Amino acid sequence: MSFDEIKRLLSEKFGSDVIMDIQSGGLQPALIIKPELIVPVCEELRDNKNTWFDFLSCLTGVDHGVENNKFSVVYHLASIPHKHQLVLKVIIDHDRNTSTLPTCNTVSGVWKTAEWHEREAFDLLGIQFEGHPDLRRILLPDDWEGYPLRKDYIAAEEYKGIKIK
Amino acid sequence: MQVKKTRYDQLTENLQPEEMIINMGPQHPSTHGVLRLELITDGEIVKEVIPHMGYLHRCFEKHCESLTYQQIIPFVDRMDYLASMNNDHAFVMGVERMMGIDKDIPKRVEYIRVLVCELNRIASHLIAIGTYGIDIGAFTPFLWCFRDREHIMNMLEWASGSRMLYNYIWVGGLFYDLPVGFEERCREFVSYFKPKLTELNQLLTDNQIFISRTAGVGILPLDVAINYGCSGPMLRGSGLKWDLRRTDEYSAYPELEFDIPVGKGEMGKSGDCWDRYKVRADEVSESIRIIEQCLDRLQKELKRGPEFDPRAKLPKKIIPKEQDFYIRAENPRGELGYYFISDGKSEIPKRVKARAPSFNNLSVLPEITRGVLIADLVAILGSVDIVLGEVDR
Repeated sequence: MSFDEIKRLLSEKFGSDVIMDIQSGGLQPALIIKPELIVPVCEELRDNKNTWFDFLSCLTGVDHGVENNKFSVVYHLASIPHKHQLVLKVIIDHDRNTSTLPTCNTVSGVWKTAEWHEREAFDLLGIQFEGHPDLRRILLPDDWEGYPLRKDYIAAEEYKGIKIK
Repeated sequence: MQVKKTRYDQLTENLQPEEMIINMGPQHPSTHGVLRLELITDGEIVKEVIPHMGYLHRCFEKHCESLTYQQIIPFVDRMDYLASMNNDHAFVMGVERMMGIDKDIPKRVEYIRVLVCELNRIASHLIAIGTYGIDIGAFTPFLWCFRDREHIMNMLEWASGSRMLYNYIWVGGLFYDLPVGFEERCREFVSYFKPKLTELNQLLTDNQIFISRTAGVGILPLDVAINYGCSGPMLRGSGLKWDLRRTDEYSAYPELEFDIPVGKGEMGKSGDCWDRYKVRADEVSESIRIIEQCLDRLQKELKRGPEFDPRAKLPKKIIPKEQDFYIRAENPRGELGYYFISDGKSEIPKRVKARAPSFNNLSVLPEITRGVLIADLVAILGSVDIVLGEVDR
């Protein structure tokens, strides 16, 4: 199924506002999906026999820079029976206050592999995945402060009394 | 704010009187590096496995925020340190496609890349097979595998100057052409290695003790494997013919003949530890086939000439135009992916994320180890063949 057909399929099923934007500048075009609808969209793409995206290749959290106040989650889907690929994106607005985290719905119910990828995004970028069954830090120690891949992250001076700078 | 309890909390807080938590690792020899497994056990039965990793986290993605594309290649080497060439190849291909120069790469360069990658794949699988033997209790295969692997290490050192972390494949070309005599030496190795592979198969594949330990153990059904994002020998062991070298047809692979071995459940059930082992063992002989074909071409129509310069196509400045791009390639352990975001202005990428095959393959471990014996857990973990450098990045 081509990119345009998938686009049409999604807007027919979920209404025209499900695709908020299309990024087609590079080699791999991406669909920007409405954040509230990411889980049903992914379920549809997985279960529809024409798309059949049964394999989640990669899930990435991205910080778009200090001046943008934007985070995004990028989903790279692949279909083993049809051998095609698709990129979905969810853009989350967040003003970088320290009391809340940017929040996104979890797709770990659709693909189990998302569970660890989302833990990694939570660990390194501080993106909260709503409904995730086991959202803990995965690579850094449990008591680490801050989210290192954020663009405004300042490395700590010391860790448990050990100077690390 | 009411904090929702994670699955980890629920598991560890509601222990039954007969249950006990045992820590396996991070210094346990059969966790292949620094992986800690928290086991909830009832006697010898493993009820739940909770992997803890990050002991080898070296902030790969953070480093990439301040390095140019060429400077990242040595970091990429250190992710899956048993298959550095394959890591480099995938990374370099991604950058080349973003730059739009992937069609200009000379054929000889492509063939050398495939040659060294397949050599590295054999070396990596030899470690997987050898250490798996040790996990199960067979010491000899380990020594034999390391003896043969050393030949490959020496050859790659000859080509790149380094034994394990090569930095040999560069964006747009290679570090150097192969040294004079490499092809001949490689042929010698192939003819030496083929009988050794038969010996190794006699020693391990048909070994009744080995079969008893692995057949029917740790069965990974195909739907679970796909859902957990398993790839490489894990996925093929479950019976699916899925190899990105064939699916994506990258580099020189479309011109080469090789088969994709899959697990058929010959000894036990499809997707058990023995199948995963067997897929690796068969892949070694397929890699040998690829190497022979590469050597044929490299010694005949793609012969080295005085005018050949592997650095001829190196771009002066690597500034891909503004886009994001995901490249995937077949590593010895599965689908290795890189996700790049380039802003079109600087030589430094905005974001590089590595999708490590071991990371995803390891995530299925709790699923397939429920209710097994602790000794079988070792067998299952060995058959997953993780490299912690890649899991933790």
